[in-house]
Amino acid sequence: MHALDIKLLRDFRRLWAQALAIALVLACGVLVVLTAFGMYGALETTRAAYYERQRFADVFAEANRAPNSLLPALAAIDGVLGVDARVSGLATLDVPGGVPLAVGQVLSLPADDGELNRLVLRAGRMPEPGATDQIVVNAPFAEANGLRPGDRLTANLDGRQRVLTVTGTALSPEFIYTIGPGALMPDNRRFGILWMPTAAAAAAFDMEGAFNKLALRLAAGADTPAVIAAVDRLLDPYGGLGAHGRDLQVSNSFIDAELQQLQSTAWVLPPVFFLVAAFLVNMVIGRIVELERAEIGLLKALGYRDRAVLGHYLLLAGLIALTGIAIGWIVGSWLAAQTAALYATFFDFPFLIHTVSPAVYGLSALLGLAAAGFGAAHSAWRAARLAPAIAMAPPAPPRFSRGLADRMLTRLALPQTALMVLRGLLRWPVRAGLSSLGLAASVAVVVAAGYLDDALEQLMDVSFRAASRQDATVILSHETGIAALGGVARLPGVLHAEPQQDHAVILRHGPREKRVGLQGLPASADLTRTVDAQGNPVSLPRAGLVLPERLARQLDVAPGDTVEVAFLTGTRRRIDVPVADTVTQYFGLTAFIDLAALDRLLGQSPRMTSAQVALDPAATSAFEHALADVPGVAGAAMMTDIRRVFRETLQHNVAIMTTIYVTVAMLIAVGVAYNAARIQLSERARELASLRILGFTRAEVSLVLLGETVLLALVAQPLGWAMGAGLAVAMTAGFESDLYAIPLVLEPAAFARASLVVLATSLGAALIVRRRIDRMDLVAVMKTRE
Amino acid sequence: MAGTIFRAVGLSRVYQTGGGAVHALDGIDLEIEAGALTVLLGPSGSGKSTLLNILGGLDRPSAGQVWFRQTDLTGLRDRDLTRYRRDHIGFVFQFYNLVASLTARENVQLVTDVAPDPMAPADALGLVGLGHRLDHFPAELSGGEQQRVAIARALAKRPDVLLCDEPTGALDSATGGQVLQVLDDVNRDLGTATVIITHNAAIREMAHRVIRFHDGRIAGVEANATRKRPDEIAW
Ligand SMILES: Nc1ncnc2c1ncn2[C@@H]1O[C@H](COP(=O)(O)OP(=O)(O)OP(=O)(O)O)[C@@H](O)[C@H]1O
Ligand SMILES: [Mg+2]
Repeated sequence: MHALDIKLLRDFRRLWAQALAIALVLACGVLVVLTAFGMYGALETTRAAYYERQRFADVFAEANRAPNSLLPALAAIDGVLGVDARVSGLATLDVPGGVPLAVGQVLSLPADDGELNRLVLRAGRMPEPGATDQIVVNAPFAEANGLRPGDRLTANLDGRQRVLTVTGTALSPEFIYTIGPGALMPDNRRFGILWMPTAAAAAAFDMEGAFNKLALRLAAGADTPAVIAAVDRLLDPYGGLGAHGRDLQVSNSFIDAELQQLQSTAWVLPPVFFLVAAFLVNMVIGRIVELERAEIGLLKALGYRDRAVLGHYLLLAGLIALTGIAIGWIVGSWLAAQTAALYATFFDFPFLIHTVSPAVYGLSALLGLAAAGFGAAHSAWRAARLAPAIAMAPPAPPRFSRGLADRMLTRLALPQTALMVLRGLLRWPVRAGLSSLGLAASVAVVVAAGYLDDALEQLMDVSFRAASRQDATVILSHETGIAALGGVARLPGVLHAEPQQDHAVILRHGPREKRVGLQGLPASADLTRTVDAQGNPVSLPRAGLVLPERLARQLDVAPGDTVEVAFLTGTRRRIDVPVADTVTQYFGLTAFIDLAALDRLLGQSPRMTSAQVALDPAATSAFEHALADVPGVAGAAMMTDIRRVFRETLQHNVAIMTTIYVTVAMLIAVGVAYNAARIQLSERARELASLRILGFTRAEVSLVLLGETVLLALVAQPLGWAMGAGLAVAMTAGFESDLYAIPLVLEPAAFARASLVVLATSLGAALIVRRRIDRMDLVAVMKTRE
Repeated sequence: MAGTIFRAVGLSRVYQTGGGAVHALDGIDLEIEAGALTVLLGPSGSGKSTLLNILGGLDRPSAGQVWFRQTDLTGLRDRDLTRYRRDHIGFVFQFYNLVASLTARENVQLVTDVAPDPMAPADALGLVGLGHRLDHFPAELSGGEQQRVAIARALAKRPDVLLCDEPTGALDSATGGQVLQVLDDVNRDLGTATVIITHNAAIREMAHRVIRFHDGRIAGVEANATRKRPDEIAW
């Protein structure tokens, strides 16, 4: 090995603590790139492969009841490759040994398994085409309820009780993310997909010779909006609910939301880590070059080229980077595997989610090396350019400024040690500034963690305690007169019931339009209420729409404006309605209107499509059992249960996130504070030793060292708070989608906690360096050149 | 003696400092013979190190010209100067300038890694009587031993010229004697042209020629008819 390489390795070993502190920060960047970019790629390619293999459709539509005679016309639309028309309906299920009430979405199964959205059979076999009592269920539902091929369950199909035999279990690209009506997240015990032969499904839902669910596969490069418009025209007379692309397909849009989150993580966090790491490398290599002036001069005197000197210091940075990359790869691979495992519980793929691609490993390593190289470049270049004769002369002692700031310092009549601290900061203002910036970044990350926790708490508080307070939502199979409410109210355990109307509508304002749900709520509604950001109920005005702020923003409307409401259900009216108010909504995107006002608008006697109920907690299961047998009920969402599971899952995830964020923040703080203190110690070794020789105690001398660190950390706080608030704003924006939004909550406690964590960590790092003062060999320090 | 190895004409080196221009070298002319042992004497600040640095390609003159054999050093670009140092010059400094994190052998290897026709590091250390200290770090060596490592490092590339700036400046007389003995041996046995800066006037007796400096100029040149061996010199 070359002598220069031996020096490199020995230097690296001597620097290990500082190198490790930097490498850990760099590793954070590498592992976020690996996990976020890697999982993004993995999820996307897995989904794409699944879609391709099972021929996932491109355009989806629903209708009330469209005749099969439309199919040739649909297939003839320009760009359409395949058409799949199906019958779909909801059914309440009684699964032996399962929860008292589950809801199933029944889907017809074309005789030849269809051209589109093909199933992946996981167990058993497909039903016989002519059979009326055979079904395939989605595998997660079967697993959650212990159903195996040959098992039976009872279904209430449009008011008729039927015993069905499970012949097999399957997965479908339409249901990677399977979420039941009214649910906040998948619950495979309570919601399942039931595929049955077309004839049987058509008979069950009174759809012979007709369909109500349509999927189209398009040729590559087809004009999707044109196809959607053509489908809408054809389905319009039959109660078409508006065709849409994959973007509005439920399962697909949840995966899109996850991908979007991964992407924003991948773009926001790594730059922070890489910049901090680059700064730390810059600080450390800069100091080493300063210390090794004589050795650099010697190398050049011996005939080493500029390139060799440059390479020497870049390689030192490279070794730090490689350490960081190795740690990042190891932890990142583990984290990616954990994430993939987590996805496997939410997303149902028939095959393993691909792992992180080698290209992403390469990219993360490249970024890590680039960050270190960027940090080292300036100092390494300076080293390479040192003239040999000058390099070997001892460097001129640093010039301390006698500027305005210094004269003010002198006026303050501070103790000499304090003066040393302050002069030190003024002498290297850029380094002090960047150190503070690094610590501020660390504060910001802890603030972000606190924000996440507080925001989700408020989200659940507003959504569950203030807005949706029902214990269950009963979904009726058909819109009926309000008299049906009596039947629901008389069910066992029901304390109170409220009617509700749900419609699919398109809201239009100028060139903007949005397809959303419209909810009609009774004026006296107590179980589902509209609320403001603080969770205070906002009563619905007697007329006019109430829109969540997110929706108002998308439509660019304010109270007083008028929007066109195009009903996709029922008589398909288009009515201009004024916007009366805006409210806060965190889950979904729904327009609200007073129930009576809605009936007036539609010119109908009071009607309802679902009921919200409050239950006697002791009688919940009696209610569920009874509901399974009530005709006219398509299903129910047991909201208390849904909320509990949601809360538990969320709290678990937030606890993990908080741990990660705080760990990362502490790594940054240690990286910055430890290196700053080490460099300070190295620069001040003589000064500090002189103080000791002059009779200052260890404690007094340590104060100089700790003073600077604490001062830097204190200066970092306000900046860190501001950056943290900025991060919270960015995250709020990044998380927002049509599916959900999180509130921007900035609690003083979160800021205080962040400051505490970072101050304590910085002080701890400086205390580790302080121990070196205790061990300082006074004679040796005074003897060294410089 | 095989002609001149260095020739300088009108050589000046001016440093611009806050307090005005300092003429470290003020237009000197000189020749140094190949194979000779030359001693530079003069009071502190008289420009000896400045000259040595220019001869060694560590620094450039402000005016005048200097030739190494047929090569005009003033005309060389940075990378050619580096090549020149690498191929021809061995340096020995007052403060040894060993790399603290490398052992004696590795410090010598630093040179042999880049020189065109080097000796084995152990052989070079053997030449200076340090064959038994190969794997010691500088901190584990005495001052004289460190300086001998530095000489071994300079010798290991078989340089055409050995430039020594106060090689005994940091040593006591006994150790200094050992170091001078090594330099003298090398000059006699290998015929390496050697230039030694010193404050110790006694050392002049071992030189072929002595050049005296004063205030950036050459105050006088004298040749010794007979050279003394270092152990004959009274310190
Ligand atoms: N980098 C520099 N900047 C300004 N002046 C310099 C510089 N290097 C040397 N000098 C000045 O040039 C003059 C000659 O310096 P030089 O080092 O050659 O002296 P020297 O003869 O080697 O002295 P000594 O015996 O003390 O080593 C001195 O006056 C010195 O102050
Ligand atoms: Mg000198």
